[in-house]
Amino acid sequence: MIYQDSKTLLAVRKLHATVNGIEILKGMDLTVKSGEVHAIMGPNGSGKSTFAKVLAGHPAYEVSGGEVAFEGNNLLELKPEARARAGVFLGFQYPIEIPGVANSQFLRLAYNTVQAERGKDELDPLEFDDFVREKMKLLEMNPDFLDRSVNEGFSGGEKKRNEILQMALLEPKLAILDETDSGLDIDALRIVAGGVNQLANKDNAIVLVTHYQRLLNYIVPDYVHVMESGRIVKTGGKELALELEARGYDWVGAEVKANARVSL
Amino acid sequence: MSTTLQNLVNQPYQHGFVTDIESDVAPKGLSEDTIRLISAKKNEPEWLLELRLKAYRQWLKMEEPQWPNVKYPKIDFQAISYYSAPKPKKNLNSMDEVDPELLRTFEKLGVPMNERAKLAGVAVDVIFDSVSVATTYKAKLAEVGIIFCSISEAVRDHPELVRQYLGSVVPVGDNYFAALNSAVFTDGSFCFIPRGVKCPMDLSTYFRINTENSGQFERTLIVAEAGASVSYLEGCTAPKFDTNQLHAAVVELIALDNADIKYSTVQNWYAGDENGLGGIYNFVTKRGLCKGVNSRISWTQVETGSAITWKYPSCVLRGDNSVGEFYSVALTNHYQQADTGTKMIHLGKNTRSTIVSKGISAGHSNNSYRGLVRIAPTAAGARNYSQCDSMLIGEQCGANTFPYIQVGNPSAKVEHEASTSKIGEDQLFYFAQRGVGAEEAVSMIINGFCKDVFQQLPMEFAVEATKLLGLKLEGSVG
Repeated sequence: MIYQDSKTLLAVRKLHATVNGIEILKGMDLTVKSGEVHAIMGPNGSGKSTFAKVLAGHPAYEVSGGEVAFEGNNLLELKPEARARAGVFLGFQYPIEIPGVANSQFLRLAYNTVQAERGKDELDPLEFDDFVREKMKLLEMNPDFLDRSVNEGFSGGEKKRNEILQMALLEPKLAILDETDSGLDIDALRIVAGGVNQLANKDNAIVLVTHYQRLLNYIVPDYVHVMESGRIVKTGGKELALELEARGYDWVGAEVKANARVSL
Repeated sequence: MSTTLQNLVNQPYQHGFVTDIESDVAPKGLSEDTIRLISAKKNEPEWLLELRLKAYRQWLKMEEPQWPNVKYPKIDFQAISYYSAPKPKKNLNSMDEVDPELLRTFEKLGVPMNERAKLAGVAVDVIFDSVSVATTYKAKLAEVGIIFCSISEAVRDHPELVRQYLGSVVPVGDNYFAALNSAVFTDGSFCFIPRGVKCPMDLSTYFRINTENSGQFERTLIVAEAGASVSYLEGCTAPKFDTNQLHAAVVELIALDNADIKYSTVQNWYAGDENGLGGIYNFVTKRGLCKGVNSRISWTQVETGSAITWKYPSCVLRGDNSVGEFYSVALTNHYQQADTGTKMIHLGKNTRSTIVSKGISAGHSNNSYRGLVRIAPTAAGARNYSQCDSMLIGEQCGANTFPYIQVGNPSAKVEHEASTSKIGEDQLFYFAQRGVGAEEAVSMIINGFCKDVFQQLPMEFAVEATKLLGLKLEGSVG
């Protein structure tokens, strides 16, 4: 939701990034204020997921130009773990499996690390167990998940619920959810979206990266951006998503080219 | 591999100091004269000298084994000193009279030599270079009939027991390094748990090599009579030297009817530096004989040190219904090489064995599991379950599994499972994205990987092992 007295959380200016020497982001601009929900849409290969990973500091991506400020501080000079502790959360498109590590252990370590950074109390295993079970109800997750290895053998939907559970535990200021809707059936989509909605408040912000409009029926965005060739080419309200759903992406590109000709 | 993964495995060795103590060191070189010198220094009976000489003569005819998957320059056995002992100030009557320099050394290593110390509850035999310098809780153990002392003392005070069992599991000519050990062994621990006695505390031996160019050839013998049980722990460290030192030990365990021996090792010899210079050659023969019915021998090892490890703690399951177990974590980093595993020899009926091996390779190291499961024709109803998992950290290391399975009885059941996994950049990024740095992430992944083995260790040892793996891997991930 857009609030009058909101402050800027994220300011991305002319961001360029490469992977394996190939430039993927080519002058990305985006401003996200507290309380807002942004959706980033666009065709395959337009750079949506790259943008999400670059913000989180994935080591395979190299920033070749531009600036990213998070709460006024240079985000790009922070290591990935420092970005996470500062309140940047990435919901993974393909959550990583960690065999042999119990989910409960992993979740508690992550939770306590972030708590310590915020000067708050860490929880011992028993306290944490009570706490996490409460959070799991939000996502209609079976407590069995705590004893299983992190994401190992989880179905697509289970993995995505586990991502949102982590978001619920870590309470990030900025949550970037990369294709959280992919691989979800309609019930799982409803549950995951319901979880995200409950976590959204006027102090945090959510950036949804998605191909499809259907997620946006459940999590209503304040802004919809269309990415193409590594930057945002069009921004609108939630109705833009519906238009994209109806007409596809091609017309956006055509419009951009036409505008470019006019401005010449 | 990015720098984070690199930096994680490169933690400096914590025990690399040398104790400045006056030592009685035998001249370098090996001959019958050397053996007579060792035997004379220890005032040994004639039969033991004969055993040593017999071993030496067999050793001369033997070839150094070429089959392990390890590479090292030929060892010059004449360049090693076979006896080194801290010079005693006088005969010791109690722990208070131990050379304070030695006490400080072991204090620094975290080994409780003081019976009043906080970590009490574990009896310790401390071996410094070639000799045992102290054994704690001897008197208390003697009350229930347990003999726990250095093997030299045992030869002196209980010659009939030593003579009966020494070499009965690992014959003097068993293999190249066992033969060498039998010829020149200097000290080690002896435990005897009499019939029906459950040892009231963990017994432990702590080995320390201090002198450069000396070898350590210790000999451990543990006998559990019918219905007896004991848990035994072994720890080891050595100073940093640029040269390699040879550690060729022999451990023999004997379990009679219904007896139970649990043997746990946390091996942290100096592994050499990050370029592979220096470190211990750990060429060890460990074997347990389940002689009686329903007996059980369980080996648990955490191998983190040594430039080269060549070691196969084994069980010979002779008694019907006897049980052999082997739980192992072997971690190699830098240029370390490990060829380690076990042998389970099933002779008796309904004998059972379990093998759980976890190999972790980082840096440029090479880590091999080599295991033999042999079911003799007599071993009707025998069962074995083996699980061998390897984990790779980085791109330059190697992992191999060499399982040998020989089944001679059609009623036997043998299962073997193996897996290989890798700590990848994506896993570390996932942890990082949740606020967790690479070191903690690797530690958590490794501990999860080794869980099945760590569960087998006594509590304090498990904590120690967890910390040790963390330290060893520090700097390897990046």
